[in-house]
Amino acid sequence: MIPAYYHTIMTFTCINILLSLSIGVLAGYAGQVSLGHAAFMAIGAYASAMLTVTFKVSFWLAMPAAALVSAMVGLLLGVIALRLKEDFLAITTMGLNFIVIGVLLYAPYFGKALGIGDIPVPMLFGEEMGRGMYTALCLALVAGVVAAVWWLQRSWIGLAWRGIREAQDVAQVMGVNIAKFKIFAFVISTAIAGIAGSLYAHFLLFITPYDFGFPLSIQILTLAVLGGLGAIRGPVLGAILLTILPEYLRFIQDYRMLTYGLLLVLVMMYQPQGLFGHKSFLTEGLKRLFGGEEKIRGRAA
Amino acid sequence: MNPLLEIRNIETYYDLIYAIRGASLAVDEGSITAILGTNGAGKSTILKTLMGLIEDQPDKGEILFDGRRIDGRDTEAIVRGGIAYVPEGREVFEELSVRENLLLGAFTRKDRDGIRRDVQRVLDYFPVLAERSHQWAGTLSGGEQQMLAIGRALMNRPRLLCLDEPSLGLAPLLVQEIFHIIRQINAEGVTILLVEQNARMALAIAHRGLILENGRFVLAGSAADLLQDPNVQEFYLGVRSTASAKGYQRWKRKRRWR
Repeated sequence: MIPAYYHTIMTFTCINILLSLSIGVLAGYAGQVSLGHAAFMAIGAYASAMLTVTFKVSFWLAMPAAALVSAMVGLLLGVIALRLKEDFLAITTMGLNFIVIGVLLYAPYFGKALGIGDIPVPMLFGEEMGRGMYTALCLALVAGVVAAVWWLQRSWIGLAWRGIREAQDVAQVMGVNIAKFKIFAFVISTAIAGIAGSLYAHFLLFITPYDFGFPLSIQILTLAVLGGLGAIRGPVLGAILLTILPEYLRFIQDYRMLTYGLLLVLVMMYQPQGLFGHKSFLTEGLKRLFGGEEKIRGRAA
Repeated sequence: MNPLLEIRNIETYYDLIYAIRGASLAVDEGSITAILGTNGAGKSTILKTLMGLIEDQPDKGEILFDGRRIDGRDTEAIVRGGIAYVPEGREVFEELSVRENLLLGAFTRKDRDGIRRDVQRVLDYFPVLAERSHQWAGTLSGGEQQMLAIGRALMNRPRLLCLDEPSLGLAPLLVQEIFHIIRQINAEGVTILLVEQNARMALAIAHRGLILENGRFVLAGSAADLLQDPNVQEFYLGVRSTASAKGYQRWKRKRRWR
């Protein structure tokens, strides 16, 4: 029997991996930075919670619906983002985060500052899901999303996204429909964030607007950037590292955030491509340890 | 026979700047046509207007490709129609491999086998690129990047290839190589519209040339005629600068066609 503590950490790791992948698709592939991704997690969490609590919908329908609602708002942001670039887009997404939190706090419909409680535990075969089953569900979803992102990355869509990231004007001259692919990146990314939000809501069973503030958005971006934007490897490993590491750092208590910040500064100074990014110290080291073949091919070329 | 590309009296505004002030041009199928002019004459703007890269432009006039109107259409549709464009300053996708750059060039195509064959064809054409096909394009030298940009445009299997200053920032020997390649591409049946400042090189390979000044074409003719034209010789080719009575070189004599 694995203690509940480990289930909790694993579940949070999965949620963080999803969030990190979500930012990875948007910022890493399509080159559109979002400083407000917690907003989409909030939308997913609230949609899922309200559907199950207020409308008594099954979790299994509520979760895809949450992804859909989040993706619709993402589509809206995508349309706006067509007119914005880089810094301006970052600031706009930041603003969106505050707007969403503001609406959740002050609109009467969403439980205001008290949030939504008594969120039902998902049912499986007529029984409430145990912690272990829930962790398994999270792992399965992570596997599914990783597979989907991997497929997208290898397809024409991934190629178009990276073209847009590198040089939007040139991608346009190659016949890439910039608007279509940009909006699609927002839709995919926000749908993934919506799923993460739904998983979060049905794990904690109680959510408030304060859970999804601006600091969380920064944290989501940090997960992916520290791991290395651009590939699946970076965001996934970054999320695992940054969820588990703080647990082992508990012994330094008050200095945890300080260590965290320092780590971030050091990585940005010495490995700006991320810990597991292209040709980073760690990837090259691992390759040298395991990938003899890579080395030989490198020499032949 | 109708020309492959016909530009009729276009006028283009770049924000508030009146950049192209009524320019007409015809490019015959199978030819190399060169547009020459100094900085700011509007050469690049003509190509950008043609590719639909400037929003809501041209303001006036028509552009016909293969007899059909293409002005006002999306860039995507224009590219799909068979026009490829090599932007100024060899804009490659730096953090994509050489091969991926080429694949993006074939973005509007759907025939997988054909694309694979054409990647091989381009790599055969430019052996330097074949050696580096898995490297990031940003690691290539300037000349290699220009070759990649041209190869990438060829991946679209264009009927018309537009090049914006392919000689920019390249060493003389490399410029010769690039122009040799352009001529070879033309010999294989691709019509070429070339924008250049390097008038001597451009006219050496072009069939026809046009001189653009302040948004208007001021002179047009066969490349041979332009090479013989005394004004062109003086202002664009830098030969035969007449000395004044006092023996100074008279730079200010520049004739304006306005």
